[in-house]
Order: sequence, then structure tokens, then C-alpha cells
Amino acid sequence: METFIHRIDQVGAQERVSRLFSRSIKKESKIEALHTVLSMIDLTTLEGKDSPGKVKQLCYKAAHLHDQLPNLPTVAAICVYPTMVAIAKKALEGTDINVASVATAFPSGMTPLEYKLNEVKMVVAEGADEVDMVISRGKFLGGEYNYVADEIASVKEACGKAHLKVILETGELVTLDNVRLASDIAMKSGADFIKTSTGKVSPAATPPVVLIMLEAIRDYFKKTGKKIGMKPAGGISKAKLSIQYLVMIKETLGQDWLNADLFRFGASSLANDVLMQILKQSTGVYQSANYFSMD
Amino acid sequence: MGKKIKKSELKTDWSYSPALESTDHVRIPAINDLFIDGKFIPPIKGNYFKTINPANEEKLADVAEADNKDVDKAVKAARKAYNNVWSKMDPAERGKYIYRIARLIQERAREFSVIETMDGGKPIRESRDIDIPLVSAHFFYYAGWADKLEYAFPGKMAKPIGVAGQIIPWNFPLLMAAWKIAPALATGNTVVLKPAETTPLTAMKLAEIIQEADLPPGVVNIINGDGKTGRALVEHPDINKIAFTGSTDVGKLIMKSMAGTGKRYTLELGGKAANIIFEDAAIDQAVEGIIDGIFFNQGHVCCAGSRLFVQESVADTVISKLKDRMESLIVGDPLDKNTDIGAINSKMQLDKIKMYVKIGQKEGASIHQSSCKLPKKGYWYAPTIFTDVSQSHRIMQEEIFGPVLAIQTFRTVDEVITKANNIPFGLSGGVWTDKGAKIFQVSKAIRSGVLWGNTFNKFDPTSPFGGYKESGMGREGGLEGLMPYVNLV
Repeated sequence: METFIHRIDQVGAQERVSRLFSRSIKKESKIEALHTVLSMIDLTTLEGKDSPGKVKQLCYKAAHLHDQLPNLPTVAAICVYPTMVAIAKKALEGTDINVASVATAFPSGMTPLEYKLNEVKMVVAEGADEVDMVISRGKFLGGEYNYVADEIASVKEACGKAHLKVILETGELVTLDNVRLASDIAMKSGADFIKTSTGKVSPAATPPVVLIMLEAIRDYFKKTGKKIGMKPAGGISKAKLSIQYLVMIKETLGQDWLNADLFRFGASSLANDVLMQILKQSTGVYQSANYFSMD
Repeated sequence: MGKKIKKSELKTDWSYSPALESTDHVRIPAINDLFIDGKFIPPIKGNYFKTINPANEEKLADVAEADNKDVDKAVKAARKAYNNVWSKMDPAERGKYIYRIARLIQERAREFSVIETMDGGKPIRESRDIDIPLVSAHFFYYAGWADKLEYAFPGKMAKPIGVAGQIIPWNFPLLMAAWKIAPALATGNTVVLKPAETTPLTAMKLAEIIQEADLPPGVVNIINGDGKTGRALVEHPDINKIAFTGSTDVGKLIMKSMAGTGKRYTLELGGKAANIIFEDAAIDQAVEGIIDGIFFNQGHVCCAGSRLFVQESVADTVISKLKDRMESLIVGDPLDKNTDIGAINSKMQLDKIKMYVKIGQKEGASIHQSSCKLPKKGYWYAPTIFTDVSQSHRIMQEEIFGPVLAIQTFRTVDEVITKANNIPFGLSGGVWTDKGAKIFQVSKAIRSGVLWGNTFNKFDPTSPFGGYKESGMGREGGLEGLMPYVNLV
């Protein structure tokens, strides 16, 4: 386990967030940021009522964010439940958009490891490029850190070539000390990305939590030279907040992390708000929400 | 991390576009006269000096220089206002005037912060978010005390002491004016204020507000000039009290000249605060505290955490993180909303900083500076830290008053307490640890006016501020801040 315990001061973390979030991002830097944000989105649908029709529509949106605007990037990936992987994969043929699948009994993770591993192997076989697993929060809070670490390592093995994102579900870990410890465990056990939340628990991604995870990634990189990615998910629906997160990445991890290889937003409605802002930058006025497709 | 997931062609050298605070709404008079007896009047001798923007060395305005006769005029006006109006006024009425000043400052906060930044070089983020809000907060706070003095000093009557001469520094120009003026007015005294010669402009704006608030003429008089003017004020026979914030050297001179005169005084002088990081601290937040402690306002802060003590077991980690963090500090145009570190206040101060850095290098300490590019014009200094520093190094013992941090390591609690106290100053300090008990242990043992636990540079009008040893005497702020302005009978 960790030989050095990273302690986190909640008040200090919040102050740092306020400082970062008070940066004034205007003009060219704003337009550039908005485009970058679009390219980092994992366009997500994770509902019990998801159907092939819904997923196909979302896949089209992923590749055609707003065809009226030239030079827009596509999103980074589509994020779906396991039964939708094959459908998404087919719908995205010919694009470079990845398919990410949640797995390991998402969102609770309350299933024996054997079933989780089977699920992971199945989604990878169906074509998932990325796997978003959840950690066993009950075990973590019970102090069984080795169990949590071993489970992540097993899932990583089952992933094969697919990238592994490890969801900490920080809303259930509650303290920033726990967030830091869980981040360290996940990175050591093979995570390619660490991710805040399932989106099914409130609070989801909060700015202090994201900051602490970015700092954990920075320290891990300093120690090992390995670049781990970060994905905040849940509750990020506004362009302004997404730009503030870019500021946080830039000033915590540096330019290397400012791309979809190392940073993602897990979001369902963020793209349209970003598009609205991009259009506003070019026309000077906000368009009606009716001009942006709701998939 | 092998596979390239996204083939986006987006650039990754994202940087912030300039985000300049507008100066269109700001009106700086080309000539700033003396503010005496409620009117702006030219100096008797007709001498003016210029005040410049230290970020580009451009002249901002001419400012009247007060000599002995002007000082006398100002003191006479203050005495008249004290005798005839202010000391006799119903305290609740006094309070109303002070509330009015507070509100007017709030209304014109943007203008004040822009002028503060132009005249002094501090980043607009600080003047906008820290200086000016605290200025109005101080006036609001002391306005509240005006008619409640019998509750501040139960069983006693709080009587005003007369005319207060107040001399303030250039690092927080308007804030220091507020610290001085607000408690003096609330307790029924009148004031002759002398701002620092490099930063007179916001005080002159304050004079406009005092006019606008319809304060009786002579209650607040503001005169400008350098040390000679200050000396004339200190030595004026009809002053009852001197409140001074500035260097320890000048403080000593003031004390000498006042010995035996019966005048009362408060002195807010230099500092060399110990910022102590224990191995069990929240390191990333402590690093923020170190940064804020030494680089806030370019290090022009009397309570700056300019001596860093790091426990040996975490020293490498802390110093490495500190160096990384220094790289992300944005140094440049103070009017840019994203600027973290602005211009050095004056050429004189810049020379002093350079001199101390040379001394540190000669003493054998290792220097590390941020790689930031400094603007060509104006006065600038890159964030600097020294490691391999000894307790006996001059950069560890003397106040530099710039963005220069001296770092020592320590092994035990006792050792760091001894080293932290081993200095003629005692204004502030910081202690960083996850253990509550250790905060109390250390804060009880360190002789300083304020000691912050797991934070730094927190200011509030309700909290007294002041020094031990050569950092000064008397307290400003809070209930204690009323005491220097009253006779208790």
C-alpha cells in the first residue's frame, strides 16, 4: 500500500478551485477552448430505457455535432451500456469515434468478480474500445484496499487492448482524503483513466474532487513517468464550467493533458451548450435552443 | 499509453488571451492638490511631484507636496473640526457619516481598484477581490462601533483623544487608509493622513468621496509628500496621536522623536514571518499557502510568509511542488484579470530586492527563479526562492519586502519553534499540519501577532492585527483597534 499518506485539506482545495475558476477566458482562447471541449466529450446515454434507435441517433450526433458549422471536431467517444456496444460500433463505422461501455455491474458494482470479468470480456469482444468500470465502494469504505486494487487489476487484464477507465464514484467516498487514496490505488492497479462518477449518485463530479484527482495524476506522473487520463462525469452541462475545467487541467497537469487522449468529459447535454457558445462567438447573439438537435 | 484515441487536429498550446480590465471609466485628475478643511487647495510653496504607473513607468498625475506650513494648516483644520464639531457630535450621527463613506466606496469599487492597480502595480485581481472589498468592510465595521462604545468598554466612558496624524505605506494604500481613518472617526477623533509618495491616488479619490459624503470640513485632511512631510506631521506639537505603518527603521525614529512629548502612538512595522510545514500537512494545500504567503502583492506585505520552514522528511516533495507551482504563476500587466503577480512598486524597492538576492547568492544559498518572461518597461522581479539557507543568512533575518522566499529545513517541533522565534520581528506566521493539537502547541509558542493554521493571509476587519518585538506596537482592527483612539475614563 501507500507508504506516504496524502492528506487533503477541504478548505484549501476549495480555495484553489475558486482561484482557478476566476480565470477570465475570452476571445480566441475561448473559441479554442470550446472546440477542445467538444473533442473531449464522451457523449453518453445510460438509461434503462435505452434502445437501438436512441443509440443510433446519438451516434449520428457524435459524428455530426452541428453540420451548419464548419470545422467542428467530433466527440471522442460514445458511452453506452453493454447491450448497446455492438449497435454503437456499427453505427460509428468509418469514424474515429470510440465506443466506451460501462461494465462491472455498473453503477453499483454489487456482483461477484467472476460476473464482472465476464461482462468486461463480452463488451470487449463486441468491439468496445474503452471500458468504464466501477470500484467496490463498500469494500473501499470497509478498509479492504487490497481487494479494491486486486479487482481493478483483474478487470484491467480482462480488458486486453481496450482502455480502462476506473470510476471511483466519489459521491459515495465522501471525503477528499478517500478520493485521493482511491485515485492512487486505481492508478497503481492499472487504470488508464480515472473517472469521478457514474452519474447515478449525487453529488457527481465536483470541482474540488476533480482537482484532487488531477493532483494525484500529477504526482503519479512525477513518480512513474506514466500519464494517466482523467474523466469527470455527471453534472457538467455548461460550457463555462467545462472551460473552467480546462483551466484546472492546464494549471495542474500542463498542456500535455489538454486533449482527448488524456481528458474526457462524461456528459449528455454539454455538447449543445458548447455549440451554442461557439455560434454566439461568431454571430454575437445566442440562438434558440431549437436550432440544436436534441438526440 | 500507446494507442492514439482521437485524431483531432486541435492545437494543444492553449493560452489565455489578454483580458484587460477597462480603464475608460476611470478619471484621474492631472493635478491632485492638498485636501484640507474639506477643500482641495494648492500647496503654499507650489511644489508638485509626479506619480507613475510602475508597470510601464508612465506618469499618471502630479501631486501636491506639503511642507511644514501646509502640515500646520491641515492640523489646524483638524483641530478646529475636532473642537467645534466632531467630538461633540452625537455618536449615532458620526456612524451615519462613516456608513455613507463605506457605501460610496462600494459603489465606486471598480474605479478604486483600477486606480490602485495603476498607481501601485498590484494585480487587478487583488485590488478588485481583496483590497477594495476590505476597505469598505473596515468602514462598515467601525461605523457600527460609533454609537456602541459603551459596550466595547463596559463600565468606562470612551473619550476621543484629539487629532490623529496617520502615515501609511504603499503596499495596500487605500486599505491602510481605511484601517487608520475608520476607527479614528468612529471614536470621535479627527485626522490628518499622509499617504505614501508612490501611491497617493486612491487616497485622493477617497478625499472626493469624503466631500461627497458631506463630512464636516476638517474631520479628514489628506496631504501628500515624502519622509519630510511625514516628519513634519510627527513633530507637529498639536498632534495627539501618531499612527504609522511602514518600515522598522522609520518606526524607531518616530518613537525617539515622540519620547517625552505625551503623544500616543501605534506602530505597524516590518515582519519576516515563519511559515512552518510539518510532514503531516496537506502538502498540496500547504504549497498554495506558501505561494500565497510570499507572492501575494509581489511580496510587498509586512506579514508575508518570507521564511519557510519545511520538515526534512517532506522537504524534497514540497520544494519540487513549489517550483512547479511557480511556473504556473502569471507575471505581467497588472490590469490583466489573469495576472497573478504584478509590478514591483518602485525603482527603489526593485533595487532593494536585487540587492538582497545578490546578498543571498554571496552567502552561498541556492537560487531558483520562475522562467516567466518579464515585461521590458516598468519594474519587475521574477518569483524567487532560496534553498540551502542558514539561520544566520541575512536573507533569513532581514525583511526583503519582495517576491523572494528563504527556505530552511527542520527536524523537530522544538527546533522549528526556536528558529521561528529567533528573529527581531514578530508580526505573523503560519503552521501547516493535520494535527489540531500541534497547531495549538506551535501557535502558543511562537511570538507573533497573528498565526494562521492551515491557511495564510486571511484578513477581516473584526480581527485585530499587530506585532510583537520590532514588528510594532498597538493593534488595528477589531475591538482592540478602538483602544489606540480613546481615553477610558
